[in-house]
Amino acid sequence: MVRTRFSRRSLLQTSAAGVAAAALPFGRARAQADLVIGAVYVGSKVDFGWNQAHAVAMDVIRNVPGVTVLEEENVPETDAVAQSMESMIQLDGANVILGTSFGYFDPFMIDLANRFPDVQFRHAAPLWDAARHPANLGSYFCYLNQAHYVNGVAAGLSSPTGRIGFVAAKPIPTVLSNINSVLLGARSVNPEATVQLIFTGDWSLPVREAEAANALVDAGCDVLTCHVDGPRVVIETAERRGVRSCGHNASQYELAPNGFITGAEYKWETIYRLYADAFAAGEALPNVVVGGYHNDMVQNTPYGAGATEAARQAADEAIAALRNNEPIYVGPLYDNRGNLVIDRPMDNLDPELDGMNFLLDGVIGSIT
Amino acid sequence: MLGTAPPGVAMAKAKAPLRLGPAVEVVVIVTGALLTAAAIFSLFLLAIGHSPVRFFELVYIGGFGSSFSFQNTLRRAAPLILTGLAFAIPARIGLTMIGAEGALVIGALAAAALAVPIVTQGWPVALTLTAMALAAVFAGGLWTGFAGWLRHSRGVNETISTLLLAYIATAVLFFFVEGPLRDPGSANRPSTMPIGRDYMIGTLPGTNVHWGLVAGILCCIVLWLVMSRTTFGFAVRLSGGNPRAALAQGLPVGKLVVLCAAIAGGLAGLAGFFEVAAVHGQANAALVAGYGFTGILVAFLARQNPLAIIPVAILFGALAASGGLIQRRMGLPDASVLVLQGTIFVTLLAAETLYGRFKIFRPRGDER
Amino acid sequence: MDLTDSALFTVLVAMLGGAIRVSTPFLFVAVGECLTEKSGRINLGLEGNLVLGAMVAYATSFHTGEPWLGVLAAGVSGIFLGLIHGTLCSLPRVNDIAVGIAMMAFGTGLAFYFGRPYIQPPAPLLPSIPLGNWTGIPSLQRALEINPLFFVGIAVALLMSWFFRSTRWGLIVRTTGDSAPAAKAMGVNVDLVRILATASGGFLAGVGGSFLSLYYPGSWNEGLSSGQGLMAVALVIFARWDPIRCIWAAFLFGAAGAIGPAFQAIGITQGFYFFNAAPYILTLFILASSARSRSSAREAPGELSIVK
Repeated sequence: MVRTRFSRRSLLQTSAAGVAAAALPFGRARAQADLVIGAVYVGSKVDFGWNQAHAVAMDVIRNVPGVTVLEEENVPETDAVAQSMESMIQLDGANVILGTSFGYFDPFMIDLANRFPDVQFRHAAPLWDAARHPANLGSYFCYLNQAHYVNGVAAGLSSPTGRIGFVAAKPIPTVLSNINSVLLGARSVNPEATVQLIFTGDWSLPVREAEAANALVDAGCDVLTCHVDGPRVVIETAERRGVRSCGHNASQYELAPNGFITGAEYKWETIYRLYADAFAAGEALPNVVVGGYHNDMVQNTPYGAGATEAARQAADEAIAALRNNEPIYVGPLYDNRGNLVIDRPMDNLDPELDGMNFLLDGVIGSIT
Repeated sequence: MLGTAPPGVAMAKAKAPLRLGPAVEVVVIVTGALLTAAAIFSLFLLAIGHSPVRFFELVYIGGFGSSFSFQNTLRRAAPLILTGLAFAIPARIGLTMIGAEGALVIGALAAAALAVPIVTQGWPVALTLTAMALAAVFAGGLWTGFAGWLRHSRGVNETISTLLLAYIATAVLFFFVEGPLRDPGSANRPSTMPIGRDYMIGTLPGTNVHWGLVAGILCCIVLWLVMSRTTFGFAVRLSGGNPRAALAQGLPVGKLVVLCAAIAGGLAGLAGFFEVAAVHGQANAALVAGYGFTGILVAFLARQNPLAIIPVAILFGALAASGGLIQRRMGLPDASVLVLQGTIFVTLLAAETLYGRFKIFRPRGDER
Repeated sequence: MDLTDSALFTVLVAMLGGAIRVSTPFLFVAVGECLTEKSGRINLGLEGNLVLGAMVAYATSFHTGEPWLGVLAAGVSGIFLGLIHGTLCSLPRVNDIAVGIAMMAFGTGLAFYFGRPYIQPPAPLLPSIPLGNWTGIPSLQRALEINPLFFVGIAVALLMSWFFRSTRWGLIVRTTGDSAPAAKAMGVNVDLVRILATASGGFLAGVGGSFLSLYYPGSWNEGLSSGQGLMAVALVIFARWDPIRCIWAAFLFGAAGAIGPAFQAIGITQGFYFFNAAPYILTLFILASSARSRSSAREAPGELSIVK
């Protein structure tokens, strides 16, 4: 990763967003035009998960005067996404394109940004690099692992055994960071806590997710959480098995009236609102908008019946600490094969963490 | 079919000049079927409170309405031509191979894997691409050739074996791109090492359509010639129509079965090569995009005729290309296009029954 | 040593539980397709029935509060798709494999379109029967919590086996599937038999879908089936058109599907992609090592386009 620590820092200091030096004044060619914002989703808008989180946020800015929202769902990370985005530009006059799936970025959005310099492209993952990528492209991301850390804190104090089960789709850094954050959160209140991990291998495999959840409960886990597209199956399976659960992506509060502890939720609307506001004020769209608790980009679901009083208190304190930018990853930390992987306190948004490829000591599982 | 006609007679028949009658018949029946499908789908649209006129206007605008739209259609059609052929060719010898998806994935993986050492050694572009293409064709051919061999030597039904192999191919792909072949830089989207812009196949001059389209059309023409004008093609068709007669004539039916299965895999592998060399620039999970399965429908609608596959694939491309526009302008979910596709396919396939029922299309002298 | 034993026990219990929990939709689809194929038709589109059935069952249960009514409604939606398939394929020159794949698009399209409002709200689910209380072992108790549909599926398979072997109608279906001219000579309306067989197969596949949305995993979403219907159709070939063998095939598939999660749960985590692909690898291996072209060809219905 070539992205400098400096640009990241300066961004953080200018409240929620910063304006990267490379950003072009937005909408110069269409100064008086409306904001036509095209959002592309990889799955269904009503998937009760990742895509719905984005779509709900888009609904919030849909009502802003002068903003037109275009949406396309079920667009795979193939040539189809390049075509969909270009179609939004060519046929519907979109001047801002939001790509919400990781695989949209390279090569598709990079190529499009080069071909359409008057259109602003923003992508929902911390990938943009001023040195390598076009100036009309940019990144935005909510670091959900902060909310997963809070999940871990609450789970660690709500779990009688300290054994947390985690159903994950794929061993990629974002997922690994959520797993490790749950572990660190749990260990911050219970040094003996463990996270047992099962990979299903893909983002939406409900039957295998249910099998994995059952296997984890059978293995003795008494809190389940997950990182898959639609967490509903895992949360409901946990509830049926009589164990507690922590949510992911959206509020699953109502799905588990007995065992729900809390959940990690995105607040994409903070970012989308920021885009709309910047546009209304005639300002350039920031190239990079990233954040977590300290700038209102993630949240935790209200505590459910599964959260003990001690858990609620500790979780509230953890949230306050995160708002204060207190770091989650504080070295020395070892991975579960005994290697030293983090030797110092890391800023919660440190780009080095974006390439995470380890499972911390205490996670039972393997990434290959 | 050809029955037990001696080779000479059948060859002469195959070489007979194109008759206008049946060609007109195809056009009339296909048009009629498309109109019927449109009428049925219009009822569906009216029932859910949307305007059919608007809908079909958008299909036209999105699929053919502008130079961009038409290129969009062609780009989406490109992989389907090859996967359509991958079903149609073995179908001629009586094989129902529904696993082109697997050969596509394996071919793409082979191309991308081979590219990694070659590109770092700085081979010339043309040589690199040729080597990649050969690797893809060879790997895809082996993959489904294996299914052909299982059928020939072990009596394993090829429908089930190719489907199983398609699932296994996905597991192989995921294993390699997330394990041994993973580019460390491809953090959240595990991929093989990118081949780099310089090594990617460009687009046709003056368009945004990559060369995979040309390759697909060439394959259609060549295979049409092979199937209709050569001894090999005749032997394949005879073996498909009447294996016993073919055996009695001393044709190596078993070898032909394996060969046809391998050709199918080679074609799908070639499609995989273009996905890597012209679209993604690397191999990753996005390769599993369903082109192989869509190709089955393409082949059936084209009545297994290599030349007819071209327009059918373009129809599929247009429907896919306009799907996004319909979502955006009419607020209809993506599933509505799926319903339309299903309606069109079912109607077109049911219209098969009309062939030969209208006397006016019969060539003179044919009074069946 | 003790650890190995308990790990082995965990895996075996997980496989038993998987066989029971995961196999039911495979069983229903496979047995339904078995009936259809015995009549000489192949319906590759049962994935569409499965998905539409799952959606309809969930929606019905949500609106009426009565999950069993949802099961019935799922079956009816399966009949609807089956009738379209059966009728169209009765027209001369219409290819059943192709129509099946087109119906898959049509069925899943309908399910996705009308299913959007039901992804989030909870609906009443089917109950299960706790059959493992006598064991006193929690994991075994859990594995033996069995949904009535599981037994219904086995009963249907047994019944169908008897139906084929010992009833006049069974003979009619088999004859239709083996030789249409022979059936016609018996005075059988071949098309009607096949339409009914396809509609009945569609019914069973729809019921199989209801198991997914109303029991396990027990909610409706677009990824719910992930190709189980297609795989189940292929399992009929694996089971060589025998309803009883369909039961074993479904069990095997369900049990093998539990290997991936179970291995990871006991700490064997490397190579999880291949453990997760175990059902496919195992099925292919068994096919390759057991299939003998002559015997399987003898068991295949003679009229079936896929084995001609």
